[in-house]
Amino acid sequence: MQEDYVLELEHIRKEYPGVVALKDVTLQLRRGEVLGLIGENGAGKSTLIKCCSGAVIPTSGKIRINGKEFDRMTPQLAAENGIAIIYQEFNNVGELSAAENLFLGRPIRKGIVIDRKAMEEEAAKAFEQLRIKINPRELVKNLSVGYQQMIEIAKAIQQNAQVLIMDEPSAPLTTNEVESMFKVVELLREKGVSIIYISHRLEEIFRLSDRIEVIRDGEYVKTLITPKATVDELIQLMVGREMTQKYPPRRPCIQDDVVLELKNVCGNGDRNISLQLHAGEVLGLGGLVGAGRTELAEVLFGAKPKESGEIIFYGKEINPKSPREAIDLGIALVPEDRKRHGALLTNSIKNNINMPIYQRISSASVIDSKTEHANAEKYRADIQIKCPNVHQLVKNLSGGNQQKVILGKWLAADSKLIIFDEPTRGIDVGAKFEIYKLINDLVESGRSVLMISSEMEELIGMSDRIIVLAEGEMTGELQKEQFNSDTIMAYASGIVDKKEAI
Amino acid sequence: MKNSGSANLIKSNAIWLVFIAEVIIFAIASGGTFLTPNNIVNISRQVSYYGIASIGMTFVILIAGIDLSIGSIITFVNVVCAYMMVNMGMNMWVAVIISLILATAIGTLNGSMVASIGIPALIATFASQTIFEGISYLISGGRPISGFTPNFGIFGRWSVGPVPVCALIMIACFALGSFILNKSYFGRYFYAIGGNEEAAELSGIRVNRVKYLIYALSGFFAGLAGIVLLSRSGSAQSTVGKGLEFDVITCVVLGGVSVNGGVGRMSGVVAGVLIIGSLTNGMILMDVSEYTQMVVKGLVLAIAVGIDCMSKKHQSS
Repeated sequence: MQEDYVLELEHIRKEYPGVVALKDVTLQLRRGEVLGLIGENGAGKSTLIKCCSGAVIPTSGKIRINGKEFDRMTPQLAAENGIAIIYQEFNNVGELSAAENLFLGRPIRKGIVIDRKAMEEEAAKAFEQLRIKINPRELVKNLSVGYQQMIEIAKAIQQNAQVLIMDEPSAPLTTNEVESMFKVVELLREKGVSIIYISHRLEEIFRLSDRIEVIRDGEYVKTLITPKATVDELIQLMVGREMTQKYPPRRPCIQDDVVLELKNVCGNGDRNISLQLHAGEVLGLGGLVGAGRTELAEVLFGAKPKESGEIIFYGKEINPKSPREAIDLGIALVPEDRKRHGALLTNSIKNNINMPIYQRISSASVIDSKTEHANAEKYRADIQIKCPNVHQLVKNLSGGNQQKVILGKWLAADSKLIIFDEPTRGIDVGAKFEIYKLINDLVESGRSVLMISSEMEELIGMSDRIIVLAEGEMTGELQKEQFNSDTIMAYASGIVDKKEAI
Repeated sequence: MKNSGSANLIKSNAIWLVFIAEVIIFAIASGGTFLTPNNIVNISRQVSYYGIASIGMTFVILIAGIDLSIGSIITFVNVVCAYMMVNMGMNMWVAVIISLILATAIGTLNGSMVASIGIPALIATFASQTIFEGISYLISGGRPISGFTPNFGIFGRWSVGPVPVCALIMIACFALGSFILNKSYFGRYFYAIGGNEEAAELSGIRVNRVKYLIYALSGFFAGLAGIVLLSRSGSAQSTVGKGLEFDVITCVVLGGVSVNGGVGRMSGVVAGVLIIGSLTNGMILMDVSEYTQMVVKGLVLAIAVGIDCMSKKHQSS
């Protein structure tokens, strides 16, 4: 071997039923380097690091740590071989002190009693090594998020981690905290720790990394030497690809009437969102995870309160305070997390489809079972839900068919505006196409669609117009002829903004 | 997936097999006494009040809640109804109706604590259990109240032909419960909320309102059970309902209603009630001590929930 690689992932593939999360990813981490790992949402970054931690077992591929080869990791193996991961959510116990957290699960003992003093001394040493000032006796719940993260890092180093994988470490931190985190990362590199640094903030990647690996759609794309890379090139590599997927043709159906208008809507973390949506239009909402798109959908659907601004729907100002009110107005939400928020998995297809309208099809609370059944059968046929019968439980359906059931529910409720949050997440290619056709049907019949999507291709392929959000604010709007993945990505990362500011 | 369907089928029928096996065992062990018409009528009287109370509890457990206040509501209704009739000279029907309204109000109070304030159901209903047990003692001063008009016997003592009125009330309540679960949209809401509260809310169900309704219904059915029990005993005691909620929970869970919510049928609960009823009766016939009965019932509860949890584990793996 010419290079001294501490961690090598070779041709890692991970399949889930119906979906391939990782097609073929190879990664090589040199000793003492910081490797930036970037890719769009859903490119497979998280799955990849979970393969390293043992949380996910790869379908095929090899993992080599210091030359030792493994087919799969377990959390224990990962720890034994010096691999530690700093997730966005910390594993700290708020009610325990910093020192106790550092030694969580393996306290220093004196006989059968815990040796608090020794732990505090050791913790003080560990913190000092990283040049961070934390009182070992302070309860973790009283520490800032930045310090809590430092404890996680210190814990990893204490356990002799040689490879530290950091998943969006700057996401929860304030600007000052980010700066101190950078210092710790640089210090660790000097000490010979190898780091995989995942972030969608390209400036950070440029500042910290020695090399940058790009993955896209579960595949390895390229590894670049950081000083030789440019922002444009990286964006190109992350999103730039030929439009391989076909989108079903849609006949022109955009009407002039404005169905939905937002004027400076604030709330649920979003600020000053203003937009217009016409009848028969698909308005795409682009942006990175956490940009505030789902949050906006929640406000429109009455699931979260609006703080200020106006929502005008069919010419009238509305302020839905519950999903029920939104549904009655004609607004529907097809949520991102289908299993948690969308479908009632333990209920039948029939019940799911009729759920929003049960009151409407009942008299004196008694359900008109004929209408109930007819509704279910109608939408089963209309949108081709593949199932033996409508009494089938939704949990036994495929992802695509579950999504159709949710859509059937909103059609039954006669919704005029349908908000899709990641309409095809976790759905296989064939079913995706069907969902796209259904979206076309919706707008062709005069309904309006607001579509949140993190898949660039889908966003461009399906939208009539795209609005991009970043950190709760609108950063750009693109007409169809302006669609371009690089521009959208730039808006989404907030880069354009800064360039203009300069 | 297919397995879980047939497993469920076996499970829901298995409960009736358990019941039949139990009847046979007691019939043999008691030398036939267990199956005499007299004893069957007896059992139907004995099960009637927790059968009635189990309907509300079924709804509560269906939405993955719990109602520990049922025993206290029964006691409270006993004491209050008796007090109004005996100490205040109130008309029997008026007293019954006021009692039922009060019981429903207690249920609504539980609902408000669970839904609006967000107190876990276990704690909220435990608090009202303690409160209303205390209030019952305050009203009665710990002394039994008796001396009702003979007509008050209609709920617990009278019979239509060979069939006790209280058994008829129970049957009517089960029919009503089954109707609510299967024919009214409320039933659909219960299953939806029990399956996934968040998704139910996002499907347009006002989950909090439904919770209010369910706890109110649980209070109402417990109140009705209290009236039947009072009529049967002819005397209001402040200890009468103590611990009854556990018998009721056992019946419901034994009947296949999952403590995780979303799964269960009224017919299963009927079987659960019959099993616990005949178990209690059979053990009394065989002179099993009260303490041993407690041990047996506790075991039955643990086994019933254990089977439920194991099948859940099996399904998810």
